[in-house]
Amino acid sequence: MDPINFVILAAILFAIGAAAVLLRRNAIVAFMGVELMLNASNLALVAFSRIHGEIDGQVMAFFVMVVAAAEVVVGLAIIIAVFRARQTISLDEPAELKG
Amino acid sequence: MLDLTWLLIAVPLASSLVLLLAGTRANPWGHWLGVIASGSTFVVGLGAFIQMLGLDAEERSHAVHLFSWIPGGELNLDAGLLVDPLSLTFVLLVSFVGTLIHVYSVAYMEHDPNRRIFFAYLNLFVAAMLLLVLADSFLLLFVGWEGVGLASYLLIGFWNQKPEYATAAKKAFVVNRVGDIGLIIAMGLMFASFGAVDFATVFAAAPEASTATLTATGLMLLLAATGKSAQFPLQSWLGDAMAGPTPVSALIHAATMVTAGVYLIVRSAPIFEGAPAAQTVVAAVGAFTLILGALIGLAKDDIKKALAASTMSQIGYMMLAAGLGPVGYAFAIFHLVTHGFFKAGMFLGAGSVMHGMQDQVDMRRFGALRTAMVTTWITFGLGWLAILGVPPFSGFWSKDKIIEAAFVGEGAQPWILGGAALIGAGLTAFYMSRLFFMTFHGKARWTDDQHPHESPALMTVPMIILAVGSAFLGLFLALGDRFSHWLEPVTGHVEHHEPVLPIPVIMTATLLLVALGVWGAWRKYGAADVPTTAPTASLATVAARNDMFQDSVNRGVFERPGTHLTRTLVYADAAVVDGAVDKQAEAWSRTGEVVRRAQNGQVRSYALTMLVGLVIVIFVVVQGVSKPCSRS
Repeated sequence: MDPINFVILAAILFAIGAAAVLLRRNAIVAFMGVELMLNASNLALVAFSRIHGEIDGQVMAFFVMVVAAAEVVVGLAIIIAVFRARQTISLDEPAELKG
Repeated sequence: MLDLTWLLIAVPLASSLVLLLAGTRANPWGHWLGVIASGSTFVVGLGAFIQMLGLDAEERSHAVHLFSWIPGGELNLDAGLLVDPLSLTFVLLVSFVGTLIHVYSVAYMEHDPNRRIFFAYLNLFVAAMLLLVLADSFLLLFVGWEGVGLASYLLIGFWNQKPEYATAAKKAFVVNRVGDIGLIIAMGLMFASFGAVDFATVFAAAPEASTATLTATGLMLLLAATGKSAQFPLQSWLGDAMAGPTPVSALIHAATMVTAGVYLIVRSAPIFEGAPAAQTVVAAVGAFTLILGALIGLAKDDIKKALAASTMSQIGYMMLAAGLGPVGYAFAIFHLVTHGFFKAGMFLGAGSVMHGMQDQVDMRRFGALRTAMVTTWITFGLGWLAILGVPPFSGFWSKDKIIEAAFVGEGAQPWILGGAALIGAGLTAFYMSRLFFMTFHGKARWTDDQHPHESPALMTVPMIILAVGSAFLGLFLALGDRFSHWLEPVTGHVEHHEPVLPIPVIMTATLLLVALGVWGAWRKYGAADVPTTAPTASLATVAARNDMFQDSVNRGVFERPGTHLTRTLVYADAAVVDGAVDKQAEAWSRTGEVVRRAQNGQVRSYALTMLVGLVIVIFVVVQGVSKPCSRS
């Protein structure tokens, strides 16, 4: 199969993830969107690695996974902290920092 | 003695500092220290005078080098004293009259708690005045010039607990500053054209300088002189300066400081030699002021203000003589000396009258004081005869010479100047007789609580000495033209000039006008009753009572436009300069106000912004990359 299809799939997944972040109010769902975008980029990296026949992309994918894991830890902690403070995980609710 | 002349300045200055620093513990002896300091200057001055009399006329100019003052590149100036007949004349006048007035003040200021400070200021004045006349450069003269201005300010406002007295002091100070600008500009012009400001260099270089330079310098010197000597147009401060204690009026505002302008003109003779136009202006200013002062004197009811107007008028005579050139210099100084005696004597007499009348100054409340104050009456009377120019008293010898000199010349000038001087003599006779008769003759118009009495000996003795000077000094100095010969090394020898009218005619006309003035004053103020309140009078009298509206003119011409100008400038500063800055700040603030709305606190809108930005960045990067790709 032509590896370019994986790149197209990655683009579709990224778009879905971005749409989830932008359109959903629920913090958990938006967070899942972020994860989807990260994984889409992983897929793209691996696909590029395959296309160019080099190992760099796959190495980069591992780094992204590590960063994603760390990000999940911090992100979920924030979401829980926000929930504890105001009994909601709506993204539109906390707007105190507006100018 | 000639080399010790620096003591003339150092001694009163040191005494003044001691009195200012010693505080209340100087109260018991402070005034006598002041008298001794002033008296010692007269002793030193007299010693220098006697030593100079022993010298030949050519050697009668002694330079005393004090110290190198401004050793600066192009301007190299040493502080030094110039002792010559002109400065010695002033030294003797200032120290002699000054010492008498110090003695007088001991009694006059007896009940004032700040008497020691008064004497400190008087000593400061004597030091500054002697520095003024002894300086050998315009800059050192300027130091003394400012020093006497300061002393004058401090003494006019000596009773500054009264706001109007403090205002009078401030007025004198400010008006004098206007004149000082003239002296500063004159020094600047001298430095620009001669590269020096000391007398010797400037006067040596003056004959080669252009007429325009000399005229400008001369006019600036005249401006300085008008300020200090209360001549038109800077005359307005002198009347108000009478707020000071009467000995101050006698010393500073009659005998010495106000004549500094005449000294400046005579001293700067080589500059005026090359500037006939400036000289004519000096004479015109003098002639105008002598009439102006006389007219003001006609209507004043305040005895001190009437005397102040008379001072202004008499200095006008001196200025007129100084403006006539070499023919008049000696007469200007001669009149200055005799005037110093008789006017100081009359001011002390006025002080004595006030002393006996509980500080009353309104002449309409005097009258018939000749019986109550015999000594004051006689001494004042001698001063009165002297200022009228009645022979053989002092004023006759000096004033008559000025009137004669004013008639010397060609064209219309002698007729105008001489006519002014002649009419001035008649007016002087009228207003001085009016003052004299209103004060000492007629019926008593005292208020109930006034019990006039003669002043103590400490006051009457100086008055007697000055009265003797008023009576005989002129005759003594005029015999054989002694005074003119004494001043010749400075003013130069002058051939006799024939006036446009024969001298006997001028003399007869003068004496006739004087007699007419006295007769008129006697008819109105001696023989007739004088109302105790000023009657309503014609516009001319009202104008004279108000000093010819000089304050209104100054207010209308200088103060109001000046205030408006500064207000306009303040407004322009606020609107244009500050406005530009403020408007700029406001614009940035508005921009911030608009941009602030983007920061709406909605996390998802931030995410959208980031995404859009990211897309744009990627788009640009891809575009940028694709072009080099297409090239390869």
